Amino acid sequence: MELLPLVWTNLMRNKLRTILTTLSVFVALFLFVLLHGITDTLTASTQVASERRLVTRNKISLVFPLPMSQYEKIKAVPGVSAVSWSNWFGGQDPVDSRGFFAQFAVDAKTYFPLYASDIEIAQASPAPAGTPVPPGVDPKLAAFMNQRDACVVGEKLLLKRGWKLGQTIHLNGTIYPGSWPYVIRAVYRPKIKALDAETMFFHWDYLYEKSNRQAQVGIFIFSLADPSQAATIGKRVDAMFENSSNATHTETERAFQAGFVSMFGNIPFVIQVIGLAVAFSIFLVAAVTMMMAIRERTNEFAVLKTLGFGDGSVFLMVLAEAGAITLTGGLAGSLLAKFLLERTGLMVPGFSTMIVRWDTVLLGIGVAVLMGAFSGLLPAWQASRLKIVDALRKVG
Amino acid sequence: MAIPLSYNVRSVLGRPWATLATAFGIGMVVAILVLALALANGFQAALVATGSPDNAIVLRKGADSELSSGVSREAANIIRSNPEVATGPEGRPLVSPEVLVLINQERKHGQGPSNVTIRGVDREGLALRDDIKIYEGRDVASGASELLVGKRIADRFEGFGLGQQVNLNQRLFTVVGHFTAGGSGFESEVWGENAVLMPVLRGDVFQSVTFRLKDPARFAALKKELESDPRLGVQLKRERDYYSDLAGPLATSMRVIGILIVLIMAVGALFAAMNTMFASIGSRSREIATMLTLGFGPGALMLAFLVESMLIALLGGVIGCLLALPVNGTATSTTNFSTFSEIAFAFQITPTILGIGMLFALMLGFVGGLLPAWKASRQPLAAAMRAM
Amino acid sequence: MGQIEVQNVRKVYRRDRFEVPVLDGLTLSVDGGEFVALMGPSGSGKTTLLNLIGGIDQPTSGSITVDGVNTAQLKSGDLSKWRARNVGFIFQLYNLMPVLTAEENVALPLLLVKGMSGKERKERARHALGIVGLGERLDHYPRQLSGGQEQRVAIARAIVTDPKLILADEPTGDLDRSSADEILGLLEKLNAEFKKTIVMVTHDPHAAEKAHRLVHLEKGVLSANGATA
Repeated sequence: MELLPLVWTNLMRNKLRTILTTLSVFVALFLFVLLHGITDTLTASTQVASERRLVTRNKISLVFPLPMSQYEKIKAVPGVSAVSWSNWFGGQDPVDSRGFFAQFAVDAKTYFPLYASDIEIAQASPAPAGTPVPPGVDPKLAAFMNQRDACVVGEKLLLKRGWKLGQTIHLNGTIYPGSWPYVIRAVYRPKIKALDAETMFFHWDYLYEKSNRQAQVGIFIFSLADPSQAATIGKRVDAMFENSSNATHTETERAFQAGFVSMFGNIPFVIQVIGLAVAFSIFLVAAVTMMMAIRERTNEFAVLKTLGFGDGSVFLMVLAEAGAITLTGGLAGSLLAKFLLERTGLMVPGFSTMIVRWDTVLLGIGVAVLMGAFSGLLPAWQASRLKIVDALRKVG
Repeated sequence: MAIPLSYNVRSVLGRPWATLATAFGIGMVVAILVLALALANGFQAALVATGSPDNAIVLRKGADSELSSGVSREAANIIRSNPEVATGPEGRPLVSPEVLVLINQERKHGQGPSNVTIRGVDREGLALRDDIKIYEGRDVASGASELLVGKRIADRFEGFGLGQQVNLNQRLFTVVGHFTAGGSGFESEVWGENAVLMPVLRGDVFQSVTFRLKDPARFAALKKELESDPRLGVQLKRERDYYSDLAGPLATSMRVIGILIVLIMAVGALFAAMNTMFASIGSRSREIATMLTLGFGPGALMLAFLVESMLIALLGGVIGCLLALPVNGTATSTTNFSTFSEIAFAFQITPTILGIGMLFALMLGFVGGLLPAWKASRQPLAAAMRAM
Repeated sequence: MGQIEVQNVRKVYRRDRFEVPVLDGLTLSVDGGEFVALMGPSGSGKTTLLNLIGGIDQPTSGSITVDGVNTAQLKSGDLSKWRARNVGFIFQLYNLMPVLTAEENVALPLLLVKGMSGKERKERARHALGIVGLGERLDHYPRQLSGGQEQRVAIARAIVTDPKLILADEPTGDLDRSSADEILGLLEKLNAEFKKTIVMVTHDPHAAEKAHRLVHLEKGVLSANGATA
């Protein structure tokens, strides 16, 4: 521990070199953690999705609808507690058609109770006192429930688009053509970080009427009394419709979400490989620099030894120098990456805002420590093995 | 007046480890840059090449892609009889009303499921797209429950081999042929006959109508005519524009992410290069002082060290290009969320991209060497002399 | 040719917050063709004086005139040019470029002379190396030469532009006795045959013997002024 002031002096001796090396380590780790964050975000979205809820879609693909007649049949399956449905609307905001956000037409009276523990209502238009709401629905949604063209939007979406509670917005339908007006009657906020706050929900009945009764069901979502029965009940539902013209595919919500992640294919893997390669190459340069720096100071180490510092002390000193640089750079880089990514509110579109897990940060720091050891060990060992006589002779 | 190049070249060679490490660091940045550009290029090439400049495609008004579009039989017939539609060698109009659906299938090697595009085409469908070549098997027999599978799907998904059967809504379809389409997006699709697919899948509505323009120059006039026809309720686009628009968002994202990554890497490489140059110059302060003593001006010294830094960077650029080249042609795929279906494409490195990589390397060398070179030129002579 | 007039020169160095006067009102004359040895204890300012004469540094006050040119007043760009044309330096540690051959090292100053072709430079370098007796070591690198040989290459480099002044800072400091004597012999030859003015800083009494005149410095001023044998 008495060596620490010496380590500090050595590092400050050539401030520029120390700063530059630390900065390059910082950048390498920053990027490494940043890229890992993308994978973290995609994984997090599956963690959040529930294993208690199941999703039923058309077996061919999501693109095909399901008939309403399946609702009662699914509800009747023993073990199924509540069933709801939703449709992907796919509209565009004519004011800003490039920004993407999801819109779902849902059966509100059954849908919101299903997700009651995941979201809370941040703002809501007032409704006359005593207005009834269906069981399990947040009373704040009273105004929304009682207006057919009302909608609930996510807090972030409201902010991004500059909308206000009570405002009438218009969307251009792509699947269901025409201009669709909606009145914002409530604003939701997710209770879990990985859930996004940029979705819009409106009444399925509205879609059904305005589409000349053409709209069917996109997916059924249902909850179970006993979640451990998920696999069995899922198979039972699919077996019911197997030979009909609308065969189904039922899976847990988590698996459903994972399906979206797997659509990205190789890309997440490629990104991670890049992260590793980048960190490695920049570290290589930092390591060589540190090795060169230490090799130039054989004279000093010899003098220290003449003063009485043992081989072990010299070894630790050099290692500590390398460790200080990589740890500082690594810590700063990893933490800044997490902080920046999560603060900017960037989203992986359709998934959630970026998340960096703490164990990714730890992984980054671990990589930094490893690199510190790698670049410090060899010169530390050489410095410790130095014979005073040889080193002093090398002067000039 | 100038310091000989041989001095810098040999100094660089005299520090092999440091030089190689720095060059490698720069090389990585260049390699990633080249690959990012190549990826976006390959993707854009695949979709831009999709479609002929002489073809036009009709979608429902307001639809953003075929998936959300619907065109009725009557509308399709009205379009078919339009005089601007070209006729084929046998006198039939070159029109293909088409249905488009997605089916969810498993990728090979346990990579998980994804959506595959199934396109039902008319007889003229193949004739309309010039690049279609069936390289294995045969075309679909008229009226048969058969499918023609694009190469990229056959390679990357389970269950699309010749002779294998695909279950579409209880009807089994046999894969009878594999086709290439000049590297375009059609290679990521599965084709079948309209008449057979429609009753099985979507019923009586088409998703789009594609036709050959008799006179491509009259496109604007035709567009006005069709889009203002109240019986139709459609929009008209050039086939090429339609597909390249669908590629737009994803290609842009890829470029943006790629460039972001490269920029951050470049900063890291810059610090590393600067560090190496500072160290290398620092160990040569006596040589620098001697040259200043002999009468070489600070400008000549600064130039010399800038050149030295750029030499190392140049080496790095070459290393980077060599690292990237083996990846050229490697195929990968992802979901284009604009079409919600799988699109496969390959890294496409061009000489221009390699040139950009080399230029970027040189720029890194220049910027990274600027501060150290300037500091070297500003070295106070007397102070260094006293150290001697 | 090579007449040096040092007039009331002061040189003050600033080290952090301290001001250190190294030379304090020094006046010295050297005639063209003279061979002068500067001696004195370390810290007395001998090297500083040499640097000032050679235009490597400029005095805080006073004047230094070489053949009528007051180098103390030249701007650094002009000073560089003047130096290249008029001075040849020899250092204790030779200061050759390790990555250049002997011939290339000697030819280096010629790059600053306008209008010389590569061929001419080569010839001049070879000629200079011939004078110092290293004609067969043209493409050796410094690490392949002995200390004495390196110093000879350095001397060749110092004379290749045919300067008026040769300034030597402890030229024999790092050499063994016999190599040192060879070098001193060379310097003597340069002075006697080629009429070069030589100012040499040295601790070596043998070196001092070769000079026409000894100048002693102590604490930044001259203390004794006398000729040797």
